[in-house]
Amino acid sequence: MPGGGVWSAQPARPGPVPVDPVPVDQVLQRATSTDPGPVGPGSVGPGSVGLGPVGPGSVGLGPVGPGSVGLGSVGPGSVGPGSVGPGPAARVRQDAEAMDPAAASGYLDPPARVGFFTDTSICIGCKACEVACKEWNGVPEDGLCLTGMSYDNTGGLSADTWRHVAFIEQRVPHGADRPDASAAASAGGAAAAGGDRGAGEAQGAVPIEGQLVVPRVAQGSTPVQGQQAVPAEAQGAAPVVAQPGLRWLMASDVCKHCTRAACLDVCPTGALFRTEFGTVVVQQDVCNGCGYCIPACPFGVIGQRSGDGRAWKCTLCYDRLTVGMEPACAKACPTQSIQFGVLDELRERADRRLVDLHRAGVSDARLYGRNPADGVGGGGAFMLLLDEPEVYGLPPDPVVTTADLAAMWRRVALAATALAAAGVAAFAGRRR
Amino acid sequence: MVPVATFDSYYGRPVIKSPVWRSPDIPGYLFLGGLAGASSVLGAGASLTGRPALARVAKVSSALSTALGGVALVHDLGRPARFLNMLRVVKPTSPMNVGSWILSTYGAATAVAAGTDVTGLFPRVARVSTVSAAVLGPFLASYTGALLADTAVPAWHDGHREMPFVFAASGAAAAGGLGMLAAPLAQTGPARRMAVIGGTCELAALVAMRRRMGLTAEPYRDGRAGSYTRAAEVLGLVGTAGAAIAGRRSRAVAAACGLALLTGSAATRWAVFHAGLQSAADPRYTVEPQRRRLAAHHHIVA
Repeated sequence: MPGGGVWSAQPARPGPVPVDPVPVDQVLQRATSTDPGPVGPGSVGPGSVGLGPVGPGSVGLGPVGPGSVGLGSVGPGSVGPGSVGPGPAARVRQDAEAMDPAAASGYLDPPARVGFFTDTSICIGCKACEVACKEWNGVPEDGLCLTGMSYDNTGGLSADTWRHVAFIEQRVPHGADRPDASAAASAGGAAAAGGDRGAGEAQGAVPIEGQLVVPRVAQGSTPVQGQQAVPAEAQGAAPVVAQPGLRWLMASDVCKHCTRAACLDVCPTGALFRTEFGTVVVQQDVCNGCGYCIPACPFGVIGQRSGDGRAWKCTLCYDRLTVGMEPACAKACPTQSIQFGVLDELRERADRRLVDLHRAGVSDARLYGRNPADGVGGGGAFMLLLDEPEVYGLPPDPVVTTADLAAMWRRVALAATALAAAGVAAFAGRRR
Repeated sequence: MVPVATFDSYYGRPVIKSPVWRSPDIPGYLFLGGLAGASSVLGAGASLTGRPALARVAKVSSALSTALGGVALVHDLGRPARFLNMLRVVKPTSPMNVGSWILSTYGAATAVAAGTDVTGLFPRVARVSTVSAAVLGPFLASYTGALLADTAVPAWHDGHREMPFVFAASGAAAAGGLGMLAAPLAQTGPARRMAVIGGTCELAALVAMRRRMGLTAEPYRDGRAGSYTRAAEVLGLVGTAGAAIAGRRSRAVAAACGLALLTGSAATRWAVFHAGLQSAADPRYTVEPQRRRLAAHHHIVA
């Protein structure tokens, strides 16, 4: 582990979460070598459990190449909106995945693209990510106040908040009233097979007979267990419920490091640039504070720092990446809700997680920003959500604004020509 | 089936960030750029057809507007001392970058054109700079449409097809208006015709834009932007009609119509500016069109 003096590379994390998804040095080793290494279950680090064969319906979960995990082809329940790309998804996705933003930006033989997979189903809203980000990056204070709306006190991403933990309290119908109750019941049969997880796991949460299941829960059960199919990272905390019919959603949001990044496109100075890791970073010694990137971002990520005038956002800890360390937020996350790694591997891991959740009856689970065929070419940082994106303050169908730029330039040229023609016409008439 | 409790936003907070651009800097620049760019067309025509007074008004006003607009732009930067960083790259994906190249080359041309006109020096340089300014000017007047539209701001992006026409026409109305206001009646014929063409097209393009936008046109009707829109419509209509009917006969009427068109053109920019801010502040304008797009897409796929 080069340069690992300040932050220990040891995953010395207390608590019930057993797995470091992929040791960071391994990730970056892979990221910096041309050989992508083994993919699929075998690539998960030591100590991983539950990544074996996944039982019936586990089509496409073996060690498969990037892009070949078609979400449409997997087991029951994989019908969540947002998870399946538009049109002939598999083909589009494969084409899109061939687009490596670092290579497209002119890097010769860049390392593998890295990113975040934020699994909000196991976020506990602790905000360690927010704090670690501020500490590491020297991000100034963003207002010592309470929003008054929830346990969220940062409100949203901004120049001074590069990780933001959203907090949503919802009243939900329960029991048989739930629209997905029947799906949960049918998924229960398959999921009930595996059971014994030993101590440290709560009792009796096997989803059967229309009971509420992971992670939209009630009746005090701790979700996600009792299933052989659940991968290691699925273990652990899920959104906690205070009383029946109520649920908390927590989600750590971050810059998406889009494949097609509007902020980068519109930046007039070249201050925003694509790194060799495929991430998007502001060069603060170049930024002149024009503010163009700010309304260009379809996610509302980047902001202007008051008193400074320049635009700031998440760098995906570019400094740490270059010395082989994982970003501070992922390092600090106690539940591995924030997972850092090679993007292709994260996408596969997310696909497996989605299948597991759907099989467990969580039909609300969907991946957001996973699809390379979406309007921003997919995010370098993507998420697993348990409700519609807008509930978390995310746009449901973001499109990079420069997708229409060619049409805009044509219109500009036409309008300019029309103006010149109007001038000619104005002088073509009579003398006065 | 009991509907699941949902929010259609995160506590009503906006999805996208509002532009940090300020008034009067940015709408002022949009107005001044349009006025300058179209005035250069008028100035070149006036020079070529022997209307020295109109040429003087057009050239001097375009040089002054450009200078003032440039100052407004630099003033709006978070780091004004770094304004030259815009010119360290050439970047067609950034309308602001392209605009700073247009502005700097056009600005040089229009300054020389005005300087040579006032001093009478270097007639050949005067001709070259006058024609150069007239060629670049229309792009200065219309690129700002792409500048605003190339963002995630719903009331701007959704108008991307018409915005360059709105701004070019609005620039023509303003330049014609200024000519009518400041030049002697004997030479204002072309200014008046440009004002009528510009004023008519501006109103038509605004209507067409809002009609096609649908939901995201609402901010143009509401609140502060709504007031500016109505002002732009009334002033544009009065100025255009007055110029067409009586602008040829009376100096006073011509001046009044010219002033109406100038302020109407400015009101158009402030309307667009505030409509953008209002649409960015309300998550509905971001979420609902995207939801509809998804639904339509799924419908097609299914």
